[in-house]
Amino acid sequence: MGAAATIDRDTLLTLLLRLADDHLVLGHRLSEWCGHAPMLEEDLAMPNMALDLIGQARALYTYAADVEGKGRTEDDLAYLRLEREYLNCLLVERPNGDFAQTMLRQLYFAAFMEPFWKAAASSTDATVAGIAAKAVKEVAYHIRHAGEWVVRLGDGTEESRRRMEDAIEELAPYLDEIFEDDPVTVQASAAGIAPQPSSLRPAFDRIIGPIFAEAGLTFITPPYSQRGGRKGMHGEAMGFLLADLQHIQRTYPGATW
Amino acid sequence: MYSQGLIGAKTETNEDEAFLAAFQARIDAEEKIEPNDPMPEGYRRTLIRQIGQHAHSEIVGMLPEGNWITRAPSLRRKAALLAKVQDEGGHGLYLYSAAETLGVSREQMTEELLAGKAKYSSIFNYPTLTWADIGAIGWLVDGAAIMNQIPLCRCSYGPYARAMIRVCKEESFHQRQGYEIMMTLAQGTPGQKEMAQDALNRWWWPSLMMFGPHDSDSQHGDQSMRWKIKRFTNDELRQKFVDATVPQGEYLGLTFPDPELKWNDERGAYDFGAIDWDEFWRVVKGGGPMNRERLAARRKAWDDGAWVREAALAHAEKRRARREATKLAAE
Amino acid sequence: MAKNEIPLWEVFIRPRNGLAHKHCGSVHAADEVMALQAARDVYTRRGEGVSIWVVPSAAIVASDPLQKEENFEPTASKIYRHPTFYTVPDEVGHM
Repeated sequence: MGAAATIDRDTLLTLLLRLADDHLVLGHRLSEWCGHAPMLEEDLAMPNMALDLIGQARALYTYAADVEGKGRTEDDLAYLRLEREYLNCLLVERPNGDFAQTMLRQLYFAAFMEPFWKAAASSTDATVAGIAAKAVKEVAYHIRHAGEWVVRLGDGTEESRRRMEDAIEELAPYLDEIFEDDPVTVQASAAGIAPQPSSLRPAFDRIIGPIFAEAGLTFITPPYSQRGGRKGMHGEAMGFLLADLQHIQRTYPGATW
Repeated sequence: MYSQGLIGAKTETNEDEAFLAAFQARIDAEEKIEPNDPMPEGYRRTLIRQIGQHAHSEIVGMLPEGNWITRAPSLRRKAALLAKVQDEGGHGLYLYSAAETLGVSREQMTEELLAGKAKYSSIFNYPTLTWADIGAIGWLVDGAAIMNQIPLCRCSYGPYARAMIRVCKEESFHQRQGYEIMMTLAQGTPGQKEMAQDALNRWWWPSLMMFGPHDSDSQHGDQSMRWKIKRFTNDELRQKFVDATVPQGEYLGLTFPDPELKWNDERGAYDFGAIDWDEFWRVVKGGGPMNRERLAARRKAWDDGAWVREAALAHAEKRRARREATKLAAE
Repeated sequence: MAKNEIPLWEVFIRPRNGLAHKHCGSVHAADEVMALQAARDVYTRRGEGVSIWVVPSAAIVASDPLQKEENFEPTASKIYRHPTFYTVPDEVGHM
């Protein structure tokens, strides 16, 4: 990260909302598994990861609300925006699919966030640095847990291998987006607040490479990549996720819960 | 959480009298029974049945509350609910482990549940219709469960008692979480208060049913008490629950759906109306509003997860074989 | 154990450095890596420990409860193994 250029408030807010939305939406997706996992041990493991993600989202929304300075709360930001205002990447909103797809999605996101948080731990923004220092340990475990499952399923039975290959194909179009730089990330990086997403690709590959090698899986480059999440253009599944998420807040405006 | 009065265990046993007397003497001396100790077949069967029912209740109990995780109205509530439902999974896990010390496997117990042969707490066969149901379940259902479970920490069977100590310790936040939700609603908008009252109306009677049939109708109660698997009767626990809960409800400014509920100075306890036992037995036997869906959801999770479990075993076997091969090559 | 049942493991947790690992429960896992992770996810959610051991339940060898008397009762009469068996005058102080 470069030396201390400054960042304007709207840019910092956008950066924080992107991160917060990523974590909320993936935590939400993961929580959909609770009570329906393939084995009881995994019914405990997945909520652990979801709780880490929701905790990180809360810290980020709280800080975002603070930066915005309009008196909004973490819940206002999490629950009361329009679909086009959510800035999460498309990867995290992808439906759970089967267990292979859920674990691969988790691994991809964690393998992106680990180098991100490592860099952000020395952010010029003390709040971001604080969130990063805590998150980096949590995400390291997510890599281990999801990575183990990718190995286990890739190198398990014929069926599990086929499902893992399907998951790789299914998620491939959504990977490039997470490494995308744009004026927001350029400014954040110049101000030493957060790394450029594109700079994290080598670290991501260093994490995924050995896991895929051990699993006997091949990484594929899709013919087309999907983008748009960072500008609030989501897949059709996102509206239903938000319908669930926002249901009570929208039904009873202004109430306290 | 969530044990219910044991339903349908056979407690008869065939051992000779000297053996049974010696066993009873150990129980009477408050000695704990441990997994490999000699024990009457009836004791073992009763425990397997009871711990299994208790474990199934935890697992099925994840579903009605899990129904609201994605719709929880704030991030704080979402995290708390997710952690609570996760705890219930953990409690099921501890309990299955305790039952496994008696020579039955988790898979066997799961298959019994999925085949509809094992019972679980009837309360989970009611639907969660509003967010207030999450409050009411925490407050009433966990409250009733705690009444049941605290004495189980002193159960004569060591592994069950130890599992219950862990469960009770973890569970102390569950009821408070529920009551806090109810309090927020009761002090909220008229619509929220109405939601809270509606939830209390629907969950009150099923909560009282959680303690199981009246002592006079309970076939196995006496033997379980003698073996110190149970420490209080169904009716004693039910009365304790009512006495503890009514003032909490009054504090919320809510009313209980029982016109006969009133303090009895002479007994130093609340009198309450007659429980609809027809409803209880109907729900226990499969006729509750959600019985079919609960079991279908569990069956789906189990069936959909089969390939994952098979893959884990296959991979473990490959890993083991590779390790062996490396070892051989090195020799 | 029937075929295709996932094996049982016993979990031991060290609450903090300086204390011994203590048995706290069991998990099901196909192999040791999975067992360790399951133990972490199930038994350390409230800061219960800093170190985990997992052991296949089948690998544990237990003493026979039927031999309890011959194993453990003979020791009851060996009271000279305990400090209170010996008399030391109060004036001598703590020993």
